[in-house]
Amino acid sequence: MRPILMKGHERPLTFLKYNRDGDLLFSCAKDHTPTVWFADNGERLGTYRGHNGAVWCCDVSRDSSRLITGSADQTVKLWSVQTGAQQFTFKFDSPARSVDFSVGDELAVITTDPFMEVTSAIQVKRIARDPADQNAESVLVLKGHQGRINRAVWGPLNKNIISAGEDAVIRIWDAETGKLVNQSDKENGHKKPITSLAMAEEASHFVTGSLDKSAKLWDTRSLKLIKTYGTERPVNAVAMSPLIDHVVLGGGQDASAVTTTDHRAGKFDAKFYDKILTEEIFGVKGHFGPINALAFNPDGRSFCSGGEDGYVRLHHFEQDYFSIKV
Amino acid sequence: MAAMAAAMDEIIDISSRLGIDPSTIDLDSIVLPEGENMGIISDDEMIREEDNMEFDSGFDCIIVVDNIPEVPKEKFDKLENVIRKIYSQIGVIKDDGLWMPVDNNGRTLGYCFIEFNTPQEAQLAKEKTTGYKLDRSHIFVVNMFEDFEKFMKVPDEWAPPEKEEYKPGENLQHWLTDEKARDQFVIRAGSDTEVLWNDARHLKPDPVYKRAFWTESYVQWSPLGTYLATLHRQGAAVWGGASSFNRLMRYAHPQVKFIDFSNGENYLVTYSSHEPSNPRDTHRVVLNIFDVRTGKLMRDFKGSADEFAVGGSGGVAGVTWPVFKWGGGKDDKYFARIGKNLISVYETETFALVDKKSLKIDSVMDFTWSPADPILALFVPELGGGNQPARVSLIQIPSKQELRQKNLFSVSDCKMYWQSNGEYLAVKVDRYTKTKKSTYTGFELFRIKERDIPIEVLELENKNDKIIAFAWEPKGHRFAIIHGDSPKPDISFYTMRSGHSAGRVTKLTTLKGKQANALFWSPAGRFIILAGLKGFNGQLEFYNVDELETMATAEHFMATDIEWDPTGRYVATAVTSVHEMENGFNIWSFNGKLLYRILKDHFFQFSWRPRPPTLLSPEKEEEIAKNLKKYSKKYEAEDQDVSTLLSEQERERRRALKEEWENWVQRWNKIHEEERLERQQLRDGEASDEEEEYEAKEVEVEEVINVTEEIVSFEYGQ
Repeated sequence: MRPILMKGHERPLTFLKYNRDGDLLFSCAKDHTPTVWFADNGERLGTYRGHNGAVWCCDVSRDSSRLITGSADQTVKLWSVQTGAQQFTFKFDSPARSVDFSVGDELAVITTDPFMEVTSAIQVKRIARDPADQNAESVLVLKGHQGRINRAVWGPLNKNIISAGEDAVIRIWDAETGKLVNQSDKENGHKKPITSLAMAEEASHFVTGSLDKSAKLWDTRSLKLIKTYGTERPVNAVAMSPLIDHVVLGGGQDASAVTTTDHRAGKFDAKFYDKILTEEIFGVKGHFGPINALAFNPDGRSFCSGGEDGYVRLHHFEQDYFSIKV
Repeated sequence: MAAMAAAMDEIIDISSRLGIDPSTIDLDSIVLPEGENMGIISDDEMIREEDNMEFDSGFDCIIVVDNIPEVPKEKFDKLENVIRKIYSQIGVIKDDGLWMPVDNNGRTLGYCFIEFNTPQEAQLAKEKTTGYKLDRSHIFVVNMFEDFEKFMKVPDEWAPPEKEEYKPGENLQHWLTDEKARDQFVIRAGSDTEVLWNDARHLKPDPVYKRAFWTESYVQWSPLGTYLATLHRQGAAVWGGASSFNRLMRYAHPQVKFIDFSNGENYLVTYSSHEPSNPRDTHRVVLNIFDVRTGKLMRDFKGSADEFAVGGSGGVAGVTWPVFKWGGGKDDKYFARIGKNLISVYETETFALVDKKSLKIDSVMDFTWSPADPILALFVPELGGGNQPARVSLIQIPSKQELRQKNLFSVSDCKMYWQSNGEYLAVKVDRYTKTKKSTYTGFELFRIKERDIPIEVLELENKNDKIIAFAWEPKGHRFAIIHGDSPKPDISFYTMRSGHSAGRVTKLTTLKGKQANALFWSPAGRFIILAGLKGFNGQLEFYNVDELETMATAEHFMATDIEWDPTGRYVATAVTSVHEMENGFNIWSFNGKLLYRILKDHFFQFSWRPRPPTLLSPEKEEEIAKNLKKYSKKYEAEDQDVSTLLSEQERERRRALKEEWENWVQRWNKIHEEERLERQQLRDGEASDEEEEYEAKEVEVEEVINVTEEIVSFEYGQ
């Protein structure tokens, strides 16, 4: 089926997120307005106005009532999904790079960039059930990463926080005490900055994508390297199908290095890999520019990609896809 | 100092773990076992190593001049001035660098020492003034001060050298005996140099030998594939052997820049160029010719870069490599270089000029050897403003007899192309049109092996077409030309032999509008790759010239290099590090099927290991070709076996991987299940996870929309 081209953002896409039911799709871009779409037909439902900088990341609560967004304007905001009203604003001293709700939506992990004298940090905030009770205090602040932390997510049962970023090291922290529990070793780990991290549905494993032109699959508990997916482009985004053992990698030549001669040079297609055999299966072309964001619908029957070109492309899989034999 | 402190902290940390009080240990008393440095290079060693690079003894700037006049005290100053004058022309003499010893009476002893600023100057002074005639009875003898020690050690009586026991060497041709008849290639990526088998059956390369920092610039196979040569600061080295690559020989040549083997790989030419001490001077170049097997220096050539610049009447400066061209087939009998108005031909028996003199040819521009015979083809441009025509002539060596000559008019440039067996020579001639404003191109085709060497003129149908590429079919009678205008030039095939008119060149076909700018014939002939490199993004067309049909078209995006393996069975296309993206190489079958691809960052070089020519006689080869079916059966069966085995292995591997994954997931699911309650609590008792996710509940809703009461009249007894 032809992909649905979703035009609404004026600047490169940065992040995509489906809600749990898979009927809504939230998109973040370098323009200042996160947008919500119908995940089925790509119709735009509404926007969340209030940020004053590029929006890097978002997450939506399990019941799809609240949205959290992290922005380069040094704030993280809580929104009502339905009305688009701002409920609360966390203020920081540096841009917020990633946000993630915990299981139960009572905590949120936020990463902040190094900025001026401030070093990068991972901060945990308590999210009050009633927005009126919300306060800005951090439950926990973790430091130790060199450079930007591109993604931090919750481990199983909110016991751990898993973070990865520019220093190419994946770290697992204890979410109670803030102690560093485990980190990826140099030998197996990525060689260049990690750009993205996607957690499997049961949090048993996760995939990281890196500028070293590879993606790696890790065991969440032991941080054991399970698989490596080699590719020929820097990886900006990764996603895993919840239905089939597939991994999707997106990326491409850095936007500043894109030649004007031939779009094939950039490798801007989303590549599907067999998760177990680590073999490339097929590619989905379309973006004119690197892919910055990827997300799978929780039902596994569609996925979308967001590119440097400012478009979101929504693909519903054809029947053939589900019967691919490698 | 901070690093030191950190190291100290570490030591304290370790010792406390081991239960030792560090303050009780005298660190200086610790002595490492002899010959063991625990992987730590001591500071002294590092300094010593660095020193070695720069100088050996420090005396290499000093020369000793002998046979100078012996003069009394009164004339000392005069003599010193004379000598200083001679040598300061060559280089800068150090302050107090000239020392002439005297006897008790103040009479000089007939020799002096001179110290220059650099070893190069000293070397040059030695070369230039040995044999300098000050007057009839005083002819200078100049030696390096360093060499004296060597000279002193020469024993007075000659003793026969000790006979070295014969040690059987390794079989250097061992790679040719590979059971699967595979070929090797060498790649350089990053700091690693690696030799691999091309295992096309298994669709992957099979490693042979790998070494980091094997060479300091590039590597090169010898023409028959026996040796792999590497370049280093100190000189060149060759490697080879039966199982792994051992160093077989070293060739000292400081700062070597280029190397070149003779055709029969008997000799190795090394080249270096050195910055002049005086910026007004040209670069000095040094060329050495070594015997490959013994490592003996056979002859050296030294001079300014100008002397080695390519000919013409005073053309552009700059040395083009190779300086020496080897001729006369595989025997390595002759080598030649071009100079101003001359071609110097040397023979390897004596390493001297043939007949002790060079060929004098006014304004000669270019020359090439026939690949098979000792025949030179050379080109001389128009002279005297067009009064004397340009000419191409063929000269036999060592007789220096002109075999054939062709005069050409209004020529702007000539390029010569030999067919690999030396049977034909094609000369591409660019001529001016009448207005002299543009040029057009034609070909002069020489049939060397026929009587009187007949020449034929070939002009393209459209005379104004630009020639983009020309290539002979190896060992064959055909050639291909890319002509016309980019981006869609035409490609034409011609044959020197056709059924009905044996002595005439005939066109086979023209392919219109191809995206190609380079031609790559299979070394076995018959097949050719029409390639669009660089500007054409790596378009490849595999073409069968026998059937005149395209076998396959493909693309290796951004490919920069294409090389056939020496048997013509496989082709390698590579993207080297001139491009940033997708460095690596692809291996294709001869008919254009992609067999495998390897990606390597910072990919510099791909080179097939050449094979020596076949030992089979032409009759035997013909017989094999005739009974090919019989022979091929065996190999096809082998291929089949391998492919079944491979698919079976592959299936097995996949099954194992799947199983491993399933097991892992199952273990996880169990833990996941155990944690269910906890998760539920985290979610305030909301029944968590999948089961309720897609539960379809059928709910019947009854909604009362409206209720109205109406009184219905009922009458009894109607």
